[in-house]
Amino acid sequence: MSLHVPTMAEMMAKGESPEILFWVGCSGSFDDRAKKITKALVKILNECKVNFAVLGAEESCTGDPAKRAGNEFTFQMQAMMNIQVLDGYEVKRIVTACPHCFNTLKNEYPELGGNYEVVHHTQLIQDLINTGKLVLKDGGMYKGKKITFHDPCYLGRANDVYEAPRSLIEKLDAELVEMKRCKTNGLCCGAGGAQMFKEAEKGNKEINVERTEDALETSASIIATGCPFCNTMMTDGVKNFNKEEEIKVLDIAELIANAAEL
Amino acid sequence: MISIIAFTLLLVAGSGFFFYNILKIRSNIRLGRDINRTDQSGERWKTMTLVALGQKKMFARPVPALLHLALYSAFVITQIELIEIIVDGLTGNHRIFKDALGGFYTFIVSFIEILSVLALVATVAFLARRNMLKLPRLNMKELAGWPTKDANLILIMEIVLVACIFTMNGADEAMYNIGHSHYAEGTGSFGFAISSFLGEKVFGGIDVSTLHTLERIGWWGHILMVFAFLNYLPYSKHFHILLAFPNTYYSNLEKKGKFTNMESVTAEVKLMLDPTADPYAAPADPNAVPQRFGAKDVTDLTWKNLLDAYTCTECGRCTSSCPANITGKQLSPRKIMMDTRDRLTEVGDNIRKHGKDYSDGKSLLGDYISEEEIWACTSCNACVQECPVNIDPLSIIVDLRRYLVMEESKMPTELTGMLTNIENNGAPWQFSQNDRLNWANED
Repeated sequence: MSLHVPTMAEMMAKGESPEILFWVGCSGSFDDRAKKITKALVKILNECKVNFAVLGAEESCTGDPAKRAGNEFTFQMQAMMNIQVLDGYEVKRIVTACPHCFNTLKNEYPELGGNYEVVHHTQLIQDLINTGKLVLKDGGMYKGKKITFHDPCYLGRANDVYEAPRSLIEKLDAELVEMKRCKTNGLCCGAGGAQMFKEAEKGNKEINVERTEDALETSASIIATGCPFCNTMMTDGVKNFNKEEEIKVLDIAELIANAAEL
Repeated sequence: MISIIAFTLLLVAGSGFFFYNILKIRSNIRLGRDINRTDQSGERWKTMTLVALGQKKMFARPVPALLHLALYSAFVITQIELIEIIVDGLTGNHRIFKDALGGFYTFIVSFIEILSVLALVATVAFLARRNMLKLPRLNMKELAGWPTKDANLILIMEIVLVACIFTMNGADEAMYNIGHSHYAEGTGSFGFAISSFLGEKVFGGIDVSTLHTLERIGWWGHILMVFAFLNYLPYSKHFHILLAFPNTYYSNLEKKGKFTNMESVTAEVKLMLDPTADPYAAPADPNAVPQRFGAKDVTDLTWKNLLDAYTCTECGRCTSSCPANITGKQLSPRKIMMDTRDRLTEVGDNIRKHGKDYSDGKSLLGDYISEEEIWACTSCNACVQECPVNIDPLSIIVDLRRYLVMEESKMPTELTGMLTNIENNGAPWQFSQNDRLNWANED
């Protein structure tokens, strides 16, 4: 099935406007692993005939890593330019598969004049299932499988979204097993606060290794995430233990797309 | 009469010195930058009631929460007995509530006594956790020296306080048993839950004059400890018992992921993006000293950051949940708060001694907190989530980073590259913005 990915520019040329903008994010656009998450979400949006569009080459970094690194200038420059683009297309609703983009667009753009309803992709998918637009067959490929969910900090503690991703795992008929540190108490993967782009300071362990131990303790066969950066960190952590065969790291969108056989 | 004069002097001196120190701390806190935390008063009262009064966040860890609850409730309820002691000290009329309240008085004092026993158990447990079980979070390097002594001293003071209460009530009970009470006619028992037992088993058989001395030792020991405790508070991490309330009232009510917007930067960025702006226009106020970007020293932080610092009781829940600290990095959110308080005390003392423009050449960043510490933070908000009194170490870390990056251009080299990429091609990596949609056409 080929993907249908309209851009805002194309839509505008046709005099149409989408219900929702899919903000892909840098990771979802350029990182080979994260692109798979992007495509999984597009498959779901296509299947449910969601009238969406992307910005394509008009999208730019939200400025999140600049702000967390302390460079407010770069952040605000990015934010103001993005707001001009978003407002130019009269965007009202945004979905994103990246909790960092989600947090920045939702919480930090309003004070700079950008006001949008922003949802994380797990919330949108939950909505699509609840309204009957997406139907998962009983006894799908994940039935009975042990799945653990790693809470992205910028989704969980930063924005209090804990329930949507978990409800989707339950929709898979899978067995949700929690790590000892989960929800408000969840341990960071180590990527936030611009750490993704630098070496860690000297210590006695990498944070993603510490977190992967939590996941391995649950004896789950899948680590589900809702963040492309967490995905990278957890995938590297699993590799560190040579457990790539026993435990897979998948985004919730990928799990749902697979279960719906998209 | 002499004792009334002595007591009055003690009361005036004890309260006076306490208020002097409170004003000093207040003026230190007001050295911080302004931030609006007076909106949504309904929500603020609710937060304070749940988090400070209701100890809601303590219960994330049930064992210390229950022990702490025993101490906390004993402390709060004992204030009733304290009022009585103060009235007694000023007028010489002991147990004034006894006749007024009747059976309810017996109930209240019994309740205080039972809570005091629980508090004693909790205090001993806390001492054991620190000194025998050596809980990791209570034995970290930032606690070496004074902070450890401070913690133990407070616990010992609490034991002495409870011991004084029971000496006073127990001796009083024993005197009443043999008809020599100064406060009740005839022979009988006050019927208090613990001291009616102590009066008989521990203090029974002791002669009246010794009992009287013991009772006075208990009474004076108690009130002296109260004033010692009160005046020790402003010098101790234990100040949280008072500041927990304002600190939770002025909590950040926004989502934790939302970092503050720097208005000064917004003005400049708008100017840069506005094609009609005149780059040579004279500034509105030519004499205005531009505010420093971010924070180098405590005076660059907000007053709420500074209130946070005085509120911290060094429990270390933040540090024990910090991913950087767990994996052996230098960063400890508790140390960030302790450093901020210690530096603020120093700055405040300097200002009082040498005037407000005095500089000792030191700063929070560099002399107290190292760059290595602040770069280890993942901004995960675990420390903010964990704090039982809503302290926010993360906002201090971010403000220190802002100073380093925007004023000194100092940051790990990889971050320089990341920021350049964002500025040049709109992504933290070196990919062309034009390739952002390539994924749609790849297999």
